[in-house]
Amino acid sequence: MPVITVNGTISQAIAEEMRRDPSVLMFGEGVATKRRELVAEFGAARVRNTPLAEGIIAGTAVGAAASGLRPIVDLLFAPFLCFAMDEIVNSAGKLRYMSGGQFKFPLVVLAMSGAGWTVGAQHNHNVEAWFVHSPGLKVVMPSSAADFKGLLKAAIRDDNPVLFFMDLALGYQSGEVPAAEHLVPLGRAATLRAGRDVTLVSYAKTVHYCVAAADTLAGQGISAEVIDLRSLKPLDEAAILASVRRTGRVVVVHEASRLCGVGAEVAALVAEHAFDALQAPVRRLTGPDTPAPSSWPLEQAFVPQADAIVAAARELVGARAYA
Amino acid sequence: MQHSEQAPSPLALLETMMLIRAYEEALVGIAAGGSAPGTCTSVGQEAAAAGVVRALTPRDRILTNHRSAGHLLARGADPGRMIAEVLGKRTGYCKGKSGSLHISAAELGVVLTSTIVGGELSLAPGVALARTMTPGDDGIVAAFFGDGAACEGVFHESLNLAVVWKLPILYVCENNEWQAFVHRRETMPMAHVRDWAAAHGLVAETVDGNDAEAVHAAAARLAARIRATGEPAFLETLTYRTRGHYEPDDQFYVDPAELAAWQARDPIELLANRLRADGRLDDARLAQIRARVRALIDEAVAFANASPYPDTAELFTDVYA
Ligand SMILES: Cc1ncc(C[n+]2csc(CCOP(=O)(O)OP(=O)(O)O)c2C)c(N)n1
Ligand SMILES: [Mg+2]
Repeated sequence: MPVITVNGTISQAIAEEMRRDPSVLMFGEGVATKRRELVAEFGAARVRNTPLAEGIIAGTAVGAAASGLRPIVDLLFAPFLCFAMDEIVNSAGKLRYMSGGQFKFPLVVLAMSGAGWTVGAQHNHNVEAWFVHSPGLKVVMPSSAADFKGLLKAAIRDDNPVLFFMDLALGYQSGEVPAAEHLVPLGRAATLRAGRDVTLVSYAKTVHYCVAAADTLAGQGISAEVIDLRSLKPLDEAAILASVRRTGRVVVVHEASRLCGVGAEVAALVAEHAFDALQAPVRRLTGPDTPAPSSWPLEQAFVPQADAIVAAARELVGARAYA
Repeated sequence: MQHSEQAPSPLALLETMMLIRAYEEALVGIAAGGSAPGTCTSVGQEAAAAGVVRALTPRDRILTNHRSAGHLLARGADPGRMIAEVLGKRTGYCKGKSGSLHISAAELGVVLTSTIVGGELSLAPGVALARTMTPGDDGIVAAFFGDGAACEGVFHESLNLAVVWKLPILYVCENNEWQAFVHRRETMPMAHVRDWAAAHGLVAETVDGNDAEAVHAAAARLAARIRATGEPAFLETLTYRTRGHYEPDDQFYVDPAELAAWQARDPIELLANRLRADGRLDDARLAQIRARVRALIDEAVAFANASPYPDTAELFTDVYA
C-alpha cells in the first residue's frame, strides 16, 4: 500500500471526488491560490478564492448545496467557525427540517484545530462538540491517513452537511492508504487494538497516544482495547457498548475540554446502557477548561498524553491486576 | 397566477395586493384568537411583493424572510396550504414544521426562507452560484430583506461577494422604517440603505415602495439588466410598516402623525384611485375583485382548519437526507 501524508490524502480525496462528480466545487480564503493543481484540472469556476468573510463563505455553501451543488469550503482554523455559526447551525442544520424535507444540504466544512503549532487559542480550539449538539449536522474527526481520505470522500458524497475537523498535528503524519477507491462510512468506529481488560475510546491525535498506551500496558500484562470513534455524529454507540461489555472498564480520551465534551456523552451512554457490565467507574482524560496556551510545554500539557492514559487504565484495572 | 415577462395589468397588481391584505387580515384574526404565534404582517408594504414578484419569471428564485406572505402569494402560493402551515397542520407547505415565519415552497421557486435576520442574504449567493453553473439557466435570484437586515454584517458580505463573483441577484430591501421596535433613524446615519449598496459597487436604486406600478417597472428594468449582464443589482422600496412588528403589537412607540401620513398613502388605495381616476376601474369591478379574494381566503381558512395535525412520528423525520 502506498504511504502518504494526511495532507496528501486530503488533496487526493478532493481531486478524486471532483473528477467523479461535476457538481463538487471548493472555495474559501486562499483555496485557489493554495490548490493550484485543482484549478488547473477543474477550472476557476469550481475552485475559488473568496473574500475574507467566513459567514458568507458558509452561507454560500448552504445556498449552493440547496440548489444542486456539492460545495467543500475551507474555513481554515476551527475558531473561525464562530463567524459562520448562523449559516452552519441555523441554515445548514435546520432548513431541511423546517422546510418539511424540501431541501437537502450536501456540503463539507473543513476546519483545523488542536495542539501542534503553538499558535494559541484563537487558532487552536477543539469545538467539535458544539456541532455534535446541533441537529441536522454530521461531525467527523479522523486520526489516520487512510481514514482522512476515506471519510472525506464519504463526506463529500453524503447528502447532509458534514463538519470535517482536521487535527493539525496530524497533517504531516504519513500512513498507508489503499491505492484503489477507498471510502470509509460515516458513523462507524474502528477497533485499532483488541483487548480484554480496559477500553480506551478516543478520536484524532489522542488515538495515537491511546495506541502507545496500549503497547505500554501490554508490557505490564494489561490488555487494552483501542477504539477510534472517527465520526462523532453519528456516534457508533454499538461499538462503544459492545467493547465496554467485553472489558468492563473504559477510559475516554480527547483533547477538547471536559465539560459537555464528547467524552461526557460516551460516559453517559455507558452508564445508561452498560452499567451492569462496569467493574470500575468511567474515567475521562481531556483538555482542561482553559483557552489553549501557545508555549510548547503548556500546549503539550493541555493534551492528555500516553503516560496519563497508562496511569488511568492501571488505576481502573489495578484492583484485579495487583490483587 | 400567471407569470409573464410582459407587464402584468395594473388590475392584476391590484388584485395581488388585495389578496395579500385579505390573507394577512385573516391571519390577524387567527392570531387574535391565540393561534399563529409570531405572525408578522406586511400591511402597507404589499406593493413591493406584488411589483417585484410579478416582474420575475418562473425560472427565477426567491429567498425571503419573516415577512414573507406577500412574496409567496404574489408567486402564486396556495393560501390554504400557507394558513395550514401557520396553524401547524400536515397539509402546510412544510408539513407544519415551519410555522408562519419560515415558509418555503420549492415547487414555486420560493426557496430558503430564514427568520434569522440577514439569513436569506447569506444564502442568496450560493443559490445564484448554482444557477450560473447550470448551463442554459438564465434564472435570477430575488432576495427580500428589511432595512434592519442591512445592519447585519452579512448584508455587506453578501453584496460584496455577489459583485466580485458576478452573481445574478436582485437584492430587494423593503425599507419600512422599522426594525422590530427600533426606528430606522436610530440605527443608520442615512435614510436609505441604497447608499451602502452603492458603496459596494452595485447598481442601486430607490423607488416609491407604495406605488406598485413604479415598483414593478423598476424591478422589471433591473431584472432585465441582471439577466443581460449577469451582475447583481439593488432595489430599495421606500415604504412603511403600518401594523405592529408582530401580532399583537399596540404600537405605543409609533409616532401617530408619521403613521397617519403613511396610512394616507396606502398602496392598495393609491393604485385603486389611480385606476378609477383614468377609468380603468369602477365600483362594480372593484367589488368583483374583492368578492373573489374573499372567497379564496374563506376557502383557505376552511381548508386549514379542516386539515389534520401531523402525526407525532413526524417529529423525527426530515432531519437528514
Ligand atoms: C439575527 C436575528 N436578530 C434579531 C431577530 C429578531 N427580529 C426579528 S424581525 C426583526 C426586525 C427586522 O427588521 P427589518 O430587517 O427591517 O425587517 P422588517 O421586520 O422591518 O420587515 C428582529 C430584530 C431575529 N429574528 N434574528
Ligand atoms: Mg424594517
